Amino acid sequence: MRHIISLLMENEAGALSRVAGLFSARGYNIESLTVAPTEDATLSRMTIVTRGSEEVIEQIVKQLNKLIDVVKILDLSDGSHIERELMLVKVRAFGKEREEMKRMADIFRGRIIDVTEKTYTIEVTGPGTKLDAFIEAIDPVAILETVRTGASGIGRGERILKI
Amino acid sequence: MMNNSLEQVTGMELTGAEITVRCLMDEGVDLVFGYPGGAVLNIYDEIFKQKGFKHILVRHEQAAVHAADGYARSTGRVGVALVTSGPGLTNAVTGIATAYMDSIPLVVLSGQVPTGAIGMDAFQEVDAVGITRPCVKHNFLVKDIRDLAITIKKAFHIAATGRPGPVLVDIPKDITAQKTAYSYPESVVMRSYNAIVKGHSGQIKKAAQMLLEAKRPMIYSGGGVVLGNAAKQLTELVHLLGYPCTNTLMGLGAFPGDDKQFVGMLGMHGTYEANMAMQHCDVLLAVGARFDDRVIGSPDHFARESRRIIHIDIDPSSIAKRVKVDVPIVGDVAAVLDEMIKLVRAGREKRDTESVGNWWTQINEWRARDCLRYDRASDIIKPQYVVEKMYEVTGGNAWVTTDVGQHQMWAAQFYKFNKPRRWVTSGGLGTMGFGLPAAMGVQLAHPGETVACITGESSIQMCIQELSTCLQYRTPIKIVSLNNRYMGMVRQWQEFFYSNRYAESYMDSLPDFVKLAEAYGHVGMKIEKPADVEGALREAFALKDRLVFMDFLTDQSENVFPMVPSGAGISEMILAEDL
Repeated sequence: MRHIISLLMENEAGALSRVAGLFSARGYNIESLTVAPTEDATLSRMTIVTRGSEEVIEQIVKQLNKLIDVVKILDLSDGSHIERELMLVKVRAFGKEREEMKRMADIFRGRIIDVTEKTYTIEVTGPGTKLDAFIEAIDPVAILETVRTGASGIGRGERILKI
Repeated sequence: MMNNSLEQVTGMELTGAEITVRCLMDEGVDLVFGYPGGAVLNIYDEIFKQKGFKHILVRHEQAAVHAADGYARSTGRVGVALVTSGPGLTNAVTGIATAYMDSIPLVVLSGQVPTGAIGMDAFQEVDAVGITRPCVKHNFLVKDIRDLAITIKKAFHIAATGRPGPVLVDIPKDITAQKTAYSYPESVVMRSYNAIVKGHSGQIKKAAQMLLEAKRPMIYSGGGVVLGNAAKQLTELVHLLGYPCTNTLMGLGAFPGDDKQFVGMLGMHGTYEANMAMQHCDVLLAVGARFDDRVIGSPDHFARESRRIIHIDIDPSSIAKRVKVDVPIVGDVAAVLDEMIKLVRAGREKRDTESVGNWWTQINEWRARDCLRYDRASDIIKPQYVVEKMYEVTGGNAWVTTDVGQHQMWAAQFYKFNKPRRWVTSGGLGTMGFGLPAAMGVQLAHPGETVACITGESSIQMCIQELSTCLQYRTPIKIVSLNNRYMGMVRQWQEFFYSNRYAESYMDSLPDFVKLAEAYGHVGMKIEKPADVEGALREAFALKDRLVFMDFLTDQSENVFPMVPSGAGISEMILAEDL
């Protein structure tokens, strides 16, 4: 099962390596991991997407909690939540392709954020599955480069991870 | 300045080196095990000037950490080691990993190159925090002199609370020279770290109920009972219930080894009765133990028999890691057992005494197999006989450390520990070379007590240089070396599982251990005949102020039984009688 785990940790040097090291040492999977400071400069927010059986996920959450720098942790998949990921795609946009690319970007509510004579750079935001669908929808040979951030998530409604 | 009282130095401008030393004094540290070097010279200069604690100069940094570890295991206090940067730190890593696997509270201080040189591949620079990260409970690199005192306080707090463990504090050399106003915090609050103490009362009630209803109960206790100072509570609970009790290798001494309810150690080299009872019980109470591979063997095989499991542990990640648990209780074991004892005392008459009586009949049948039997008529010294005699000669009152291998298992099987903390062994990591330096730590913490190191001729050579430290500090350790000219446990596996191909397990060109001991200024004895064993032990243990190295030439072909082959089920034992 895919799980998205959100955690708050002390914004200390080496905090990221403690989490990454834990996953590699114990053989857990990381699909994506994002990290950035929060509105409280002493805290970092990390979002980890991982896969595993219920037992493995339970261990992952317990082991993360055991890290001294981890302040709070929430498995967003335990309840209703929203996920977003940002992708930047540089595509070939030449001649006839130009109009087609613009149309595809519009359909996926993407924005063209950089333009040259031969290329567009398109920004697409949404759940990972939507970004996958966009990649599927455009001509693979037109793709010059893709950059994805990995998922960020937040609980719906009153569900808040805060200290 | 170091003779000043706390009040007088608080607020004074001190150097980082002075602060480091002062913090250790304010923390109440009495012994520091270490080895100087470039990055810690400022700290050593302050150690020279102070009288608050004693510094023990080891001969290798691995031994500094093992000695601090032996100190910690035998006293329950935090052990302290001090090493320099680079190779000082890397040498210490084996010791740190050993302590981590067995949850031993240590604070290891390491020197680091000056902050400006970090990352420049400076002389004797290693990324100490990076190298130790997977084998410490936590670690710190001090980058600001103003953080030094609070960081050391946090290190002691983290090491000693919750599930204990080693904490490393890496201190760059320039920090030890800078100055700041000193104050040592009395306590520390960390929003990210709160050790859970109290177990859930509802769960404890459920567990007590389950125990009282049991028909085939079993109590399985581990190192957590020793670490959590809960031996008294465990013993009381087991006596109240009248149920069988087994200890893991790490838990020996938590329940008296000579008690009739004790069924011996369990696991890969556990007794037949303990392992059979584990497999066939209907209610299992696990206290401060973690169901590891050397204890329950294959988890799938273990799960084939249905039983209800109650698991008490301070570390939630130890629960439901290898086996499914019916009643998990996260909390300090002593506090949880206290609560459980009250409930059990009140409901004692509800026990199913008839079923439990039948269960004991079954256990006594298993006991009658006498799985630890060995040939007592042999004209070659049997290693088991040496440990048995040593138990008699010391009246069961020695503090015993070991190295790793066959001798360790025979020590665990044949020396009966009636008190916790007297048995000091590297269980999780299985570190050869642990025994002698650990014994130094135990002896220095308990002057005047009898301390023995049961070892083998292979293990002892891994930290033999510490014989020099032992002379310098007059630690009268008794080294009982079971010398079979083999890495015995490796040889045993090669005999059983590799068709007698003894690849590199023969110890050739051994030193003359008697002369070696004498060269280091100690007493050496060589014992070759069974008839001489007891006399030699009596003579050696009577030499109260000397280290004695006893080199027992033992049977080369002797194996440790019972044995659960790696990956097999706990009840699938090889017994001596099978071969």
